[in-house]
Amino acid sequence: MKPAPFEYYRPETVDEALGLLAEHGSGAKLLAGGQSLVPTMNFRLAQPAVLIDLNALAELEHIEPDGDALRIGAMTRQRQVERSALVAERAPLLHEAVPFIGHPQIRNRGTIGGSIAHADPAAELPVVMLARRARLHVRNRRDARSIPVDEFFTGLFATALGPEEILVDIELPAVPPSTGWAFDEVARRHGDFALVGAAAVVTLDDSGRCRDVRLVFSSVGDGPVLAHEAARQLEGEIPDDAAVRAAAGAAAERDVDPPSDIHASAAYRRQLVRVIGTRVLARAVERARNGSVS
Amino acid sequence: MTSRRFFGERFTRNEDARLLRGLALFVDDVHLDGMLHVAFLRSDYAHARLISVDTAAARARPGVVAVYTADDLGAYWQPGPLLVAPPPIDGLVFNAATQVPLIKDKARHAGEPIAMVVAESRYVAEDALVDIVVDMDPLDAVVDLEAALEPDAPVIHEQHGTNLASHVVQQKGDYQRAHREAALIVKRRFHYDRGVAGALENRGVVAQWDARCEELTVWDTTQAPIPIRSGLARMLGLLESQVRVIAPFVGGGFGSKIMMFYPEEVLLPWAAMRLNRPLKWIEDRQENFYATTQERLQIHDAELALSEDGHILGVHDVFLHDTGAYNPYGLTIPINSQCTLLGPYDVPNYYTEFRVIFTNKTTVTPVRGAGRQHGVFVMERLLDFAAKELGIDRVEIRKRNLLSSDDFPHNHVILFQDSAPLVYDSGNYLPALEKAVDLIGYDEFVREEQPRLRAAGRHVGLGIVSYIEGTGIGPYEGARVTVEPSGQVRVATGVGTQGQGHYTVFAQVVAEVLDVDLDRIHVTTGDTREFHWGTGTFASRGVVVAGSACHEAAVAVRKKILGLASDALGVAENDLELEGGRVRVKDAPERAVDLGELAVRANPLRGAVTPGTEPGLEATAYFGPDRGSTASGVHAMIVEVDRETAMVEIKRYVVVHDSGRVINPMLVEGQIQGGVAHGIGNAFYEQLVYDDTGQLLNASFMDYLLPTATDVPRVEMAHIETPSPLNPLGVKGVGEAGAIPTGAAFAQAVEDALAEDDLEIREIPLSPNRLFEMIRDARATR
Repeated sequence: MKPAPFEYYRPETVDEALGLLAEHGSGAKLLAGGQSLVPTMNFRLAQPAVLIDLNALAELEHIEPDGDALRIGAMTRQRQVERSALVAERAPLLHEAVPFIGHPQIRNRGTIGGSIAHADPAAELPVVMLARRARLHVRNRRDARSIPVDEFFTGLFATALGPEEILVDIELPAVPPSTGWAFDEVARRHGDFALVGAAAVVTLDDSGRCRDVRLVFSSVGDGPVLAHEAARQLEGEIPDDAAVRAAAGAAAERDVDPPSDIHASAAYRRQLVRVIGTRVLARAVERARNGSVS
Repeated sequence: MTSRRFFGERFTRNEDARLLRGLALFVDDVHLDGMLHVAFLRSDYAHARLISVDTAAARARPGVVAVYTADDLGAYWQPGPLLVAPPPIDGLVFNAATQVPLIKDKARHAGEPIAMVVAESRYVAEDALVDIVVDMDPLDAVVDLEAALEPDAPVIHEQHGTNLASHVVQQKGDYQRAHREAALIVKRRFHYDRGVAGALENRGVVAQWDARCEELTVWDTTQAPIPIRSGLARMLGLLESQVRVIAPFVGGGFGSKIMMFYPEEVLLPWAAMRLNRPLKWIEDRQENFYATTQERLQIHDAELALSEDGHILGVHDVFLHDTGAYNPYGLTIPINSQCTLLGPYDVPNYYTEFRVIFTNKTTVTPVRGAGRQHGVFVMERLLDFAAKELGIDRVEIRKRNLLSSDDFPHNHVILFQDSAPLVYDSGNYLPALEKAVDLIGYDEFVREEQPRLRAAGRHVGLGIVSYIEGTGIGPYEGARVTVEPSGQVRVATGVGTQGQGHYTVFAQVVAEVLDVDLDRIHVTTGDTREFHWGTGTFASRGVVVAGSACHEAAVAVRKKILGLASDALGVAENDLELEGGRVRVKDAPERAVDLGELAVRANPLRGAVTPGTEPGLEATAYFGPDRGSTASGVHAMIVEVDRETAMVEIKRYVVVHDSGRVINPMLVEGQIQGGVAHGIGNAFYEQLVYDDTGQLLNASFMDYLLPTATDVPRVEMAHIETPSPLNPLGVKGVGEAGAIPTGAAFAQAVEDALAEDDLEIREIPLSPNRLFEMIRDARATR
């Protein structure tokens, strides 16, 4: 279980990394925390000719306010995100979701940007990004641009990142008042990839009706799946128990097209979408009502 | 025997100072000058004819030293030995087929080795695997146990013309009469599947040929270094004294490391001699899933005949057993299943029949429990269903059928895996069951807690089951005990050690006889240069058999000590006692002599030695029990099921266990806790998923789920000590016990929690997905 031979580079600046990426093109892979790429290489399922190690890029490791928003550098370790008071205050959904990622040893190495760019449909961070309408800031050798998350995840392990682009920064917008959140997942063992994971963000208006609902699931499609139908059903409505249950039911029936694998059939995953969809929506609504401004 | 107590105490482990500081030697810690590394090309197909292997490109790769295929082995290419001959049972059919070093004609399971690459590093060796061009003609695979016996099924071993590896019938009494007389017949089909041993350390072999000394040294993760030594000497044409096999610290075995011989164990020593270079191969986890033996499915069609008041009149069981591609272990597992099924119960009539089936899957050999789980599951589930139909409490139906303490020795008539009749040596089953009932709070749970929680919408259930385990079988083990001039004691025995605590428990056995502090007793296991007679660590027999040999050797040394001390002190032996590494006069303790000083006297440099005496304070002894001793116990657990997600949480787990006399409760409890973890994995997490081409779909720890520390509760334990009359220590084995009844207890508990769904669990392993289906199907049929 040893990787095939590869060339290895460890750039010290983002510019240098972008230069190497442009030079080596599609034969190159970026190494962030390595928690997915390294096992894949050891199984020889991935055999990149060139590995560009981003771990010396200190400029991509930061958590800082940006006006009311929050900016997190792509190479920030998941463990740093988990322990950040600023994240807990400004991005409580992210704070709640990060402990579900693997185990502490994995989060010590794994980075926020690495997980987002890898776009594993079972991963937690893409779900959170989609639920929180993140903006993903990317660069190539010449330009920088920011991609709204709704356009970022394009398919199975696929994103809108160009072949010469690197994800450098994650921007989470400020949370409006009367907004609640929740994250939950069902996994075989703590730290496993979720059979189904779910994030909800609900904003209520003054009359207690849903103004904005984001309900997102993992492990039920090619990437994080935004439950449009569930949100449509709830928006403008009082989110009582029956409405929440009906919305999660709509998500299970109409928003997701889950796969079957050795751990869970599609039917079981639909059931889990219904169950934890209900649970995260209910908790988000409760937090929104309790005036959690976050 | 001495004034201090060494038995029954929680001594910390002698081996831990080395293990915890990273100073213990494991096979992969062996680094030798000029060492080369080995990787194996393994078959992608489960069943395929081998047409050609072209290794030219691999040989040409820089850093590659040699590439071998079956043809390169010449006469050294031989199928492995049949390790366990079938017992002498009338009408028995047994078609032997044992594993080969490298495949010659066809692959019979995915992962079977085709070629061996030797290179300067493991990296280069693995790169070279890709250079080898293999032409194979895939054949239809035999995967399903029932389809394997259909007339048009592909045949795995052509010489037998069938996939039937064995057919065995054993009987006690007259089941047909029991059937006729029964008030109730409970008849069901059961599926019980198991998985890998999952040892923390995978297998590994390092082999070094010293041409000057003409000596071969092999470091091997084996549980049986002495048989490996003897086999290698025979195969390589060496004297046994020219081969030294060392099983150093080994990170878990659980049975999978006593399959002999694995291809790698045959090939590395041969190639090391041929190349005159030390070689290392360390199995990786992916290889382990294909190349290391495992346990798997049995399908039982079983019926229980009962009287109206719930007494067992007889059992009828017919089952299929998957042995995988080969059957080097004979009938050990299915015979364990049929013998252990009877449990602690009085079963006057028993008809048991099995067919062993070859399939295109990794070879099946014993893994912790070794088929006992399957039998226990069938019997305990039948009793549960019978209790329900008869309206008898599930604990009560068990009580009514337990053998009483007057029933021993109890002869069950049929033959056990060691070819001896299945005779229980001793037991005391009712107190164990009552203690478990008490510890889990059965009555209160059933009467108050469960109804209260159910009313609150929670799904909690309790499982409680009994089991027995045949342990500590022969043939024999040996030990040598030596008192050195420093007064320290060395103990050497041939069994390998894989974490059980042998260095501590054997020291306790010797200390009990010699009264020497435990930290002055140094145990060596698993090095054929230190001790070269014996078989190995398996069948929960280490302490029973090797421990008894340690005891016998210590008794012989004690005799020598007392004789010498009697001369030295001028006092009769009867007036002497051993205490704290000294011999002293009972009535005058200030008159004493150190054991070290006696050791010096026993090995004089000058002067005359009495004819007929041996030098040194040393003795070697052997112990072989007539037959195995029967341990027993009761497991009880409380679970809560989230009926919406079908996830199960184990809230409490109680084990009342009887392994005879307990030498070190901490070690016994450690074995039970670990066994329960294995059992929980078997019940709810682990499953080898093969597709219909014989491909294993989950050959990694990402998809093959071992329970982790957060999934296994701390087991609450109590001990019953019913000594075995079959060995001088009165002990019974404990290594496998924790893993055996877990599936049966789990099924009962989950079924109880889901009582409103009125479903029957007749299979293990379960999973949330499977439970979801069962709940859904139960709802649909209502």
